[in-house]
Amino acid sequence: MTLPDPDVLIHQLADRIRPSLSAETVLVGMHTGGLWAAECMHPLLDAGMPHGSLDISFYRDDFEEKGLHDQIRPTHLPFEVEGRDILLVDDVLYTGRSVRAAMNALFDYGRPSRIRLAVLIDRLGDRQLPIAADYIGAGLRVPSGKHIHLVRAADGELQLKLVDVE
Amino acid sequence: MSENPQLNADGSLRHLLTIDGLPRSLLMKILDTAEGFVAVNDQEVRKVPLLRGKAIFNLFFEPSTRTRTTFEIAAKRLSADVINLNIGASSQSKGETLLDTVDNLSAMQADMFVVRHAQSGAAHMIARHVAPHIHVVNAGDGRHAHPTQGLLDMFTIRRFKGEFHHLCVAIVGDVLHSRVARSQIHALTTLGVPEVRVIAPKTLLPVGIAQMGVQVFHDMEAGLKGVDVVIILRLQNERMRGARLPSPQEYFRYYGLTPQKLACAKPDAIVMHPGPMNRGVEIDSAVADGSQSVILPQVTYGIAVRMAVMSMLAGN
Repeated sequence: MTLPDPDVLIHQLADRIRPSLSAETVLVGMHTGGLWAAECMHPLLDAGMPHGSLDISFYRDDFEEKGLHDQIRPTHLPFEVEGRDILLVDDVLYTGRSVRAAMNALFDYGRPSRIRLAVLIDRLGDRQLPIAADYIGAGLRVPSGKHIHLVRAADGELQLKLVDVE
Repeated sequence: MSENPQLNADGSLRHLLTIDGLPRSLLMKILDTAEGFVAVNDQEVRKVPLLRGKAIFNLFFEPSTRTRTTFEIAAKRLSADVINLNIGASSQSKGETLLDTVDNLSAMQADMFVVRHAQSGAAHMIARHVAPHIHVVNAGDGRHAHPTQGLLDMFTIRRFKGEFHHLCVAIVGDVLHSRVARSQIHALTTLGVPEVRVIAPKTLLPVGIAQMGVQVFHDMEAGLKGVDVVIILRLQNERMRGARLPSPQEYFRYYGLTPQKLACAKPDAIVMHPGPMNRGVEIDSAVADGSQSVILPQVTYGIAVRMAVMSMLAGN
């Protein structure tokens, strides 16, 4: 199955998001794929816009089964969340559980005026929660038993990869 | 069954009883995880839902303010239910009684015990006794170990000094009676600190201390020369009565950290103390409150480190 070029998706998303930005908009990338995408999108949107990173490990709903995520990266939100228009970025929207966790995490920093979701890939037909993205790079049907995610090469180039679920 | 009672068969941490024998990768993972919890402590709502519905019992058979309180705050910030039990040592003189207490609390559906006890090995005994789903954290046992203190000290060092592999660290004072010093030495050597020194009078050093991979000094000026980190240990007043030391005043003269003695260390050296401090005995107020002191950040980081340890255990 041919996977789209993330760089193209990021440019297309930025073009669609740009008209909706306000002085209150901030960009939040979800670790790790979403953060890479947000970092690429940031200069395309508005290089002066505040941006940060969110790690959802402490808010996941599978702690009982899987324990603490293997790699915790500190959340870094160098701005007030209260009253802001948050543009949340992730690489893949799949079950919706990560986005649920991300929203809970954001609310522990304050009450945003709005949260919008931008994703490179909307994995169609696999949602487990009533969550939808506002901006979608591409919709894909991925066979069960496969996992799609973003990888970053040493030179910073992004690529979508399809791997077998362990 | 893994050889180390602290580890599951897959190498993950089941209990935290001592730093001795834990691999470097695991210590680094605890420190990295704690970085994530430092960010939580900056949130408007300083709480995450990880341990919702878990019951954590603080079993303190010895008095403690800082350690018990920071464990309690850490557990609460993880959304666990915390039950504090301060049990007088007199009612707990027999091993059977201790395990009976543990059995009763286990019947109340405890998920984790945080244990402080005057007897070395108390936390190990409880860890061997409890059901597989229950986790034990040693919050100080006799002269043996105080692993979360050792870890929060490593976290503080890394925060202020960066990587471990180029540091020189001196531990000053009553190493003989100090569980903190043992945990620190194990942690420092495991994490690759090339030069760990202990500075103390002969009477306050355990036999065979050099075998732990440390350099021994009896003179402060020589021992502090060129160090990056100075860790002052508490001189326990009860030790004064014995023949080990002449008087607190004399101890201060030779081993109390004054600005003059600190000047032998590197100019940017940090000063640490696990608390509680005896001002004018092991440390001069001018140093304790001075610009090189990181004693209060140690306390703050203790919360994040204990959150990391408890959440890692509960998830394994």
